[in-house]
Amino acid sequence: MIITKQKEFSDLIKNISKNPVFIIGCSECATLCHTGGEEDVLSIKKALEENDINVTGWVILEPACNLQKDKLILKKYKNDIGKAKKILVLACGNGAQTVAEIIDGIEIIPGCDTLFLGEVKHANDFEKRCVLCGECIQDLFDSFCPVARCPKNMLNGPCGGAKNGKCEISSDIDCIWDIIYKELKKKGQLNKLKQIQKPKNWSKSTETRRII
Amino acid sequence: MNYRSNLEKILSENKFAVTAEIGPPKGSDSTKIKMKADILRGYADAFNVTDNQTAVVRLSSWGGCFILLGMKLEPIMQITCRDRNRIALQSDVLGATANGIRNILFITGDHQSFGNHPNAKGVYDLDSIQLIQIVNDMRNQGVFQNGEKIIAGKPEVFIGAAANPFSDPFDSTIDRLEKKIYAGADFIQTQSVFNLDKFNIWMEEIRSRGLDTKIHILAGITPLKSVKMTERMKFFVPGVDVPDAIYDRMKKAVDPKKEGFDISLELINEVKKIRGVHGLHITALFWEDIIPDLVKKSSLFPRS
Repeated sequence: MIITKQKEFSDLIKNISKNPVFIIGCSECATLCHTGGEEDVLSIKKALEENDINVTGWVILEPACNLQKDKLILKKYKNDIGKAKKILVLACGNGAQTVAEIIDGIEIIPGCDTLFLGEVKHANDFEKRCVLCGECIQDLFDSFCPVARCPKNMLNGPCGGAKNGKCEISSDIDCIWDIIYKELKKKGQLNKLKQIQKPKNWSKSTETRRII
Repeated sequence: MNYRSNLEKILSENKFAVTAEIGPPKGSDSTKIKMKADILRGYADAFNVTDNQTAVVRLSSWGGCFILLGMKLEPIMQITCRDRNRIALQSDVLGATANGIRNILFITGDHQSFGNHPNAKGVYDLDSIQLIQIVNDMRNQGVFQNGEKIIAGKPEVFIGAAANPFSDPFDSTIDRLEKKIYAGADFIQTQSVFNLDKFNIWMEEIRSRGLDTKIHILAGITPLKSVKMTERMKFFVPGVDVPDAIYDRMKKAVDPKKEGFDISLELINEVKKIRGVHGLHITALFWEDIIPDLVKKSSLFPRS
């Protein structure tokens, strides 16, 4: 799932600056992240109105990243959107851009910061799992991905900085190499890690831009 | 035999090597490096110049190495994978060797979040093992990472790498050393040794896998200058293992500087006896002027 975080309310207010606003949420990731679901859109609506900002309407797209579907849904809200000077999108960076592609002449404000592709561990506890590298090799590492989960993208073992199994850059995250070693040791398969992993072909993620 | 560097010659002739670290200044004043180098001249066989260590911007490693070359001292250039991609890394290896740098030590590098520009984008296009293998192929096969032939001059590099005997999981420290050997590393400088028991266990495993005969291992030595520094090393520097016994000695010492010096001397004398240890790598953080005494008192002087 695409993990997002709502921007500070004070920043949103500043950006909207008393203009009438239409709010757009998303039924998928942003709903699960509690950043752009119906509940979140309504709570932002209330907060904006308390700050004397006119909310001309709102809608939850299903999902915000689907261009053709969004076009159909937003058509029904043409009037409310037309009354707005700003569109606040509570979705990921993709959702905000898809909306911008459809709505012409009204400023689009991204209401969320898009953080990573990750797992919902518990309610409101998310952890990065994938960096969309374009070439999945997690089978080499007992189904754990060091490309995404090691801050140094180490493919040939740990950097040596972990302490008590925690990553050197944050005690909130596990050293993924510590986990890989423990799991493979348990299975008696440490020899899987002997082979030198060659440099990654990063072009698969950075240069692959469209699939038709 | 034609050796690429003095360090290679010493290690290949099975002599006990001494290397020392020179940390470049936070600025362009070359006299800072020259002063440190003058103090250390004659007390080590080659001198590491760090590459923006702990991700703090300093005078570049190659810049520092050129200053040493100008003083007729032998540098060990350090290159990390943190700040450059494979294009820049290969190019720097060519540029360095063309200018007379013969020893290069490749490390992945301290994460940028520890440094003074934590908002920087880390590169990590390669890890140290991949980089070592690439440079080994440049040197031995005359090819770049993409397989293309090097047109004009293979880089004659004596390849160094780092190892941390004190990190977890234990198996990984040996596995990574083994990979570095297969990738083409010629010598290893270890993390600073304070925990002698753990280092002995590590060396035992190295010997049992026969790795001590495949690579030259230089044990890291760092003299502790104060209780504050001991605490920083013990509690904050990732990957360092300062046992309680040493911490207690430093805390109880009337003269912590002398105690730190004595501890280093004891460690050196023990480390020298370990089969498979081929030299020392002394890193005296902001205390380089202690190195000459340390080398003399360990009967490792004169170097020749």
